[in-house]
Amino acid sequence: MVGSSRTAGYCFVALYVALLLLLGIAPVIYAIYLALSNSGGPSASFVDAFNDYRFVPAFEHILEFMALWLVSQTFLVVALVLMLHNLAQRIGAVFRFLFYIPGALAGAASVVVWLFMLDPTASPFGFILHWLGYAQFDNTVAPGNLPAIFAIMAFWTGAGGWIVVMYGALNNIPHELIEAAQIDGSNAFQTALRIKLPLIRKWVVYMLVLSFAGGTQLFVEPTVLGSAALGVGISKYWSPNQLAWFVASEYDNFNEAAAISLVLLVLGLMVAAVLVWRGRLFEVE
Amino acid sequence: MALPRPHAIRFVGVGILLFFTAFFFVPIIWLFLAPTKTDGQLLTESPFAFGSLSTLGHTFHRIVTYDGDSLLIWLKNSAIYSFGGTALAVLAAIPAGYGLALTQFIGRRALLSITLVVMIMPATALVLPLFLEINKLGLYGTIWSLILPFGFFPFGVYLAYIYFSSTIPKDLLAAARIDGANEWGVFRHIAVPLARPIIGLVAFFAFAASWNNFFLPFVMTYDNSQYPIQIGLQQLIGSTASFNPANYSAGSSIVVLHRPDLAMAVIIAIAPVLLVFLFAQRTLVAGMLAGATKE
Repeated sequence: MVGSSRTAGYCFVALYVALLLLLGIAPVIYAIYLALSNSGGPSASFVDAFNDYRFVPAFEHILEFMALWLVSQTFLVVALVLMLHNLAQRIGAVFRFLFYIPGALAGAASVVVWLFMLDPTASPFGFILHWLGYAQFDNTVAPGNLPAIFAIMAFWTGAGGWIVVMYGALNNIPHELIEAAQIDGSNAFQTALRIKLPLIRKWVVYMLVLSFAGGTQLFVEPTVLGSAALGVGISKYWSPNQLAWFVASEYDNFNEAAAISLVLLVLGLMVAAVLVWRGRLFEVE
Repeated sequence: MALPRPHAIRFVGVGILLFFTAFFFVPIIWLFLAPTKTDGQLLTESPFAFGSLSTLGHTFHRIVTYDGDSLLIWLKNSAIYSFGGTALAVLAAIPAGYGLALTQFIGRRALLSITLVVMIMPATALVLPLFLEINKLGLYGTIWSLILPFGFFPFGVYLAYIYFSSTIPKDLLAAARIDGANEWGVFRHIAVPLARPIIGLVAFFAFAASWNNFFLPFVMTYDNSQYPIQIGLQQLIGSTASFNPANYSAGSSIVVLHRPDLAMAVIIAIAPVLLVFLFAQRTLVAGMLAGATKE
């Protein structure tokens, strides 16, 4: 009985395990092999990558982007979800829906939408851009503005989903707890700050960590923005992932590309491992 | 009894909510109105003015017939890659989630942990290693270079695992086994009929992830006949006069696109995912919560 159940278990997971091995594990092993099998010795690919004059700027770019994005997203998502939770259920639902819709435009579509929004001549936000002193599209997408622009794009597509998730978490707070606080004289602001915020704190940490891992991978936004030739300030190796692709596609230097992608992979993997084994956010029984 | 709040605070709160509503939603409204106007009207008229239906028709016709029927080719490619990837993802994830939740085998916990790690890790981290591997295997330029990676969907496995562990009582399965059903029969006749909601959910998330994916097809395709719509959009930016004026000298024979055409292309590109977002919002939110808040 147990024996047959065990065999059956293997059969049920077989196709998934095959995909996992072929498309999850094997590419990583092959990238490690490529990075280590450099004619200059096992560490040469990494030395090449770290000494590449484009390597440090690429990481500086995404660090600047992530500092802006993570700080503003954390603050704004928490503030918005606490405000929405104070509204009547139905009104709050309308706002959540409106905030959530941009999530459908992930990928190149959202970048194209923001190309329009950043063009002072056509944008509905044109008055703000003019007020900031930007009269033309190429003024807005000046190199110094790019980290902030990518932060706005990332916030626009991603924040709504997090608001929905955290609202769900807030709804799990027992009603009696909030009522008790109100009877004790706590106003809405104090209740939000002292009762609700601590109860969603781990979700905030989760959002922060996942966003950090995702942010290091930035690729679509600078690539698509770079297709608008007016945005002359953006290079083809603005972010680390772009740089990895650039050395692979332009120089056929698969060793250095593998080394850069492994650096990014280790960052993502560390974050994921910490969340799974230390965070206790997921059910593994 | 809630204490009355000072009006000033309430006023500021409403202001902040309205500001963010504008931030999130004005771009969407603008996008849907843009194809009803000409490029000139976009600059002169209110961003929220409706142009005309006939202009919308012209815009639609221009973008659909642009450069042969490029847009239709890209949409067809997107459909092949996304439906192929989604079918594979569902075929792999539903039995795997069931196996992880309701059968016992050596390595089950390890497999569950690996699944979680890969699920949380950004999928883009694997794109370049995948490109190097696919290239080595000689699959570069084939549809498998996209369908296979799209079919590998650990999030779907996790969703199915959560669903099966929380909805199907083990007693029910034990009873079926006593009645003489073999393991496959139990899965086929008890689990699968109960699994309709989770099949739909996994399919949607896999489809949306594949349809919206940009990085993977960006590295795996190299020719207009292979591009999915996401890469097509990027190509269209290159043909849009206001973003790339230098490409078009006077008298050039290249067909020039304008902002309303590009906006129309974006609407067409996002339509499939947006429709599901609109009509299945409740289910999707429930799914997101199941995937994220299960403790």
